[in-house]
Amino acid sequence: MNRAAVSEAVTRAHHEEWARVVAALARRFGDLDIAEEAAAEAFATAVERWPADGVPPSPGAWLTITASRKAIDRLRRENKRDDKHKEAQMLHGNSPPEPPGAIGDDRLRLIFTCCHPALAVEARLALTLRMVGGLTVPEIARAFLVSESAMGQRITRAKAKIKAARVPYRVPSADDLPARVAGVLTVLFLVFNEGYLATGPGTDPVRHDLTAEAIRLTRLVRALLPEDGEVAGLLALMLLIEARRPARVSASGELVALDEQDRAAWDAALVAEGHRLVRERLAAAAAGAAPGRYQILAAINAVHTSARDMRDTDWSQVLALYDQLVRLDPSPVIALNRAIALAEVDGPEVALAAIDRLADTLAGYHPYHATRADLLRRLGRRQQSRAAYGKAIELAGNTAETAYLTRRRDQLG
Amino acid sequence: MQYLMSVIHDQAELATLDEHAAIDVFNDRLRTGGHWVFAGGLAFPEAATVIDNRGEEALVTDGPFVESKEYLAGFWVIEAPDLDVALRLAAAASKACNRKIEVRPFR
Repeated sequence: MNRAAVSEAVTRAHHEEWARVVAALARRFGDLDIAEEAAAEAFATAVERWPADGVPPSPGAWLTITASRKAIDRLRRENKRDDKHKEAQMLHGNSPPEPPGAIGDDRLRLIFTCCHPALAVEARLALTLRMVGGLTVPEIARAFLVSESAMGQRITRAKAKIKAARVPYRVPSADDLPARVAGVLTVLFLVFNEGYLATGPGTDPVRHDLTAEAIRLTRLVRALLPEDGEVAGLLALMLLIEARRPARVSASGELVALDEQDRAAWDAALVAEGHRLVRERLAAAAAGAAPGRYQILAAINAVHTSARDMRDTDWSQVLALYDQLVRLDPSPVIALNRAIALAEVDGPEVALAAIDRLADTLAGYHPYHATRADLLRRLGRRQQSRAAYGKAIELAGNTAETAYLTRRRDQLG
Repeated sequence: MQYLMSVIHDQAELATLDEHAAIDVFNDRLRTGGHWVFAGGLAFPEAATVIDNRGEEALVTDGPFVESKEYLAGFWVIEAPDLDVALRLAAAASKACNRKIEVRPFR
């Protein structure tokens, strides 16, 4: 077998099997650290052996067996050295009986453990990308602009807390499930958002690696929890945002706003998939299922991606959806986004009055100043618009966005 | 597995009668659920004395080992199979005593 084909097989196995291997080992040995290390060793062994031995017929099973042997080797070494409790733990495992009706995939247990509310949000993000996503520590460190040693420590500390405090390796009970799923979705959306609009001036403005990883993990959660409307909603939302990626940054590295995007460049397959999911959730809502925030946000994005150009957008529909969202989440950021739709329906003056009420809470949030600048521009209040653009530019961290805002300011003349 | 649930408070007043009643109900729940190990309320931090006998002679200091606005007002030691169960009990404990709770596993 040639090297390229083997290396492709390893990459594919890593993509498809990493989470499964880590999850199976975590369940068997009751220890995330052992699971992670053994899985990494198994993949390293595959890289060594598969070129000579050939790719095994079932790579996933081969990797799981190899990783289990590595884990047992490590436990034997540690047992010989001193502690007896490792052996006890190995026999006892960490697999409490599943309550009836629980969803029984090891990867789902792994996701819930990594996104446990007892861990800090940064720790949940890092741990999920490492354990479920299979990203390396240097890759995660680069994604969040921290040093490798700091990221390594963050992950080590999280694993140590899971072990010491006995965070269970289990899908939460039905009572806790909605809140815990919401916690998982928050982590996935944070990964996506960091990719969609990278915060640092030293990175690419759009980090496709992160948006793709977030979508991949959300697809996995969707496959594991097919009945959950918010999971479907978040996946639809990500797909409809990702579909616009080819049109979002110009050749010169400037962010292109929705009204100026070349809609022919949007990814039609992603739009179609996103619309399918939104239709599925609309049908569920018609049957009485109250939509959560991701489903409503997905529906808003479906309205935008249904319009052939900006003027065709059904703004009253967008505004109605924002009204629904505000009732669910009366946060100032949602109110700001609602005002953008309000400007299209009732005019910029009404929208400006609405956002002026947010001035105190959103003073440090650059989209507030950018929105305000645009409304002032449309009202012909050039001086004030220029000042608001200046404030937005000062606060924005993303290079493509800064370029866009600077051009809009300079066009005021 | 045992967990220490520390009651964290930042005001000088003692628990009210209502809080005491709610704590009693919660303690009964711990006993019937098989979670009860031990619990107690503590006197004010100013009643503490620190003693250090690592050197030649015992050094006695008046007051708590650390001065802070928030202090340990009491504690439970509970038995729970994992952190999810411990956190659920801690949420009920916080409601009952009307104070913050820190959950920390024993080694």
